Amino acid sequence: MVEMRTVVDLTRCQGYAQCVFLAPEVFELHGEEGLLYATAVPDDQVERVRQAAAACPVQAILLGEEVSTGGR
Amino acid sequence: MAGDLKDGLIVIVGASLAGLRAAEALREEGFTGSLTVVGDEPHAPYDRPPLSKQVLLGQATADTLELPMRRDPDAEWRLGVRATGVDLLAKRVLLADGDSLPYDRLLIATGTRARPWPNPEEGALDGVFTLRTREDGAGLAERLAARPERVLVIGGGFTGSEIASACRELGLAVTVAERGPAPLVGALGGTLSKLAAVMQRNHGVDLRTGVTVTALNGNGAFTGAQLSDGSRVEADVCVVALGAIRNVEWLAESGLAAGPRGIACDAGCRAFTMYGIVTDDVFVAGDVSRFPHPLFGYQMLSLEHWGNAVEQAAVAAHNMVNPGPLQRPHLALPVFWSTQFGLNIKSVGVPTYSDHVVIAQGSLEARRLAMVYGYQGRVTAAVTVDMAKALDYYRHLIETAAPFPPPPGAQDRAIAADIAIPSAVPDPSVLSHGPTVALTGHLPDRRLTVV
Repeated sequence: MVEMRTVVDLTRCQGYAQCVFLAPEVFELHGEEGLLYATAVPDDQVERVRQAAAACPVQAILLGEEVSTGGR
Repeated sequence: MAGDLKDGLIVIVGASLAGLRAAEALREEGFTGSLTVVGDEPHAPYDRPPLSKQVLLGQATADTLELPMRRDPDAEWRLGVRATGVDLLAKRVLLADGDSLPYDRLLIATGTRARPWPNPEEGALDGVFTLRTREDGAGLAERLAARPERVLVIGGGFTGSEIASACRELGLAVTVAERGPAPLVGALGGTLSKLAAVMQRNHGVDLRTGVTVTALNGNGAFTGAQLSDGSRVEADVCVVALGAIRNVEWLAESGLAAGPRGIACDAGCRAFTMYGIVTDDVFVAGDVSRFPHPLFGYQMLSLEHWGNAVEQAAVAAHNMVNPGPLQRPHLALPVFWSTQFGLNIKSVGVPTYSDHVVIAQGSLEARRLAMVYGYQGRVTAAVTVDMAKALDYYRHLIETAAPFPPPPGAQDRAIAADIAIPSAVPDPSVLSHGPTVALTGHLPDRRLTVV
């Protein structure tokens, strides 16, 4: 099972913090509206991050696998 | 024939954010040909912003930063191998391992690297870091976790300030040395830089401004530094945060318009040759590009912004597989963010393209505000501190060339402080770090000093 990765487009993020409520183990507010997040999403958090991505008012959250770059 | 553009050979040089997003977008645009991505780092594309934040704070490790893909770009990845040149006539990219890759269309997205300490021997001292790659981030995070006595950060730009913020959050003593009058002054101008200085000092940073570091000391391992004011800083870790250098050297013999400010391209991301003739088959995206923007006097913009890499990669990819009349211009406004000392700083537009500023919402005292930048009576930029939701309103003002100072609009009261004050954007040569937004063109009515 490939571990999932997440990235937040902080250019879009406006600090609505829906993700922080839905997946507090992955997303965390730093101060009033600065968002920090775990880049590696543990298996048991994938569904929560999926919900967070769906709920994000500015659709800034991307969840997915890293690119398979073949034999490295 | 438009159909031909969806097929053939495309090579992307640069396997970071812009390269990955362009590769994905090419497939989304219907490209069915052969796609090869070359990257000098031996890693799948990864995200760099967490390197100065989550990674230093121990909330993420440097080996978990791979970017999630939006779709499988179905590319051949040539990682860990450097591109050494391009032959525009033969249409081949030359690689360091002696191989060469033929292309029909080429995308250059080689980005930037950290500017090293100018004295290589001092820079090689154990404990001296730059921060750009995941190896840099892993090494620095490990040192910070070992609780050094003091960290010296050279350069008070965004990266340096974020590193200093992380150090304080970890409870580490930190000194920031900045050649300009205050941190972030090169990006945000005089007023907000004063807020940045106050925030740093309130959080316990030993901030030294108006000084340069003249020497790094140590016998094998870094022990401290000499400053231009005669003082000495004792520290066991040093982070050199002096901005970035564009990765253009490999193009020196190519005949492309590549230089220290980046590779010049048109609004459609098509590279210029050194004669100023636009190419049809060589495209540029991300930090390594410089491109004209109509909202800023058609000056060439060089941006070191995450969002620009994404936007420009999408435009470049579109234009690589579509004929001229269907091509799109890259007109997105520059946007960037920084999280430091508990504050969320966001910017839209080009703050350095300004002569005056007003605080439109909030106040410096509240540490929560929207500052609007104007140039010759027109809104050209806005910066919010812990007020990100207001940014879109000001983006609209910039895009519509709204008058400056702006009328009350997003807010339900008169603007907070309607007296415009000089924006006090310094000449870049007084800074110890490179600006992340650089105007590199020529304005007849405004003398710019080329550094």
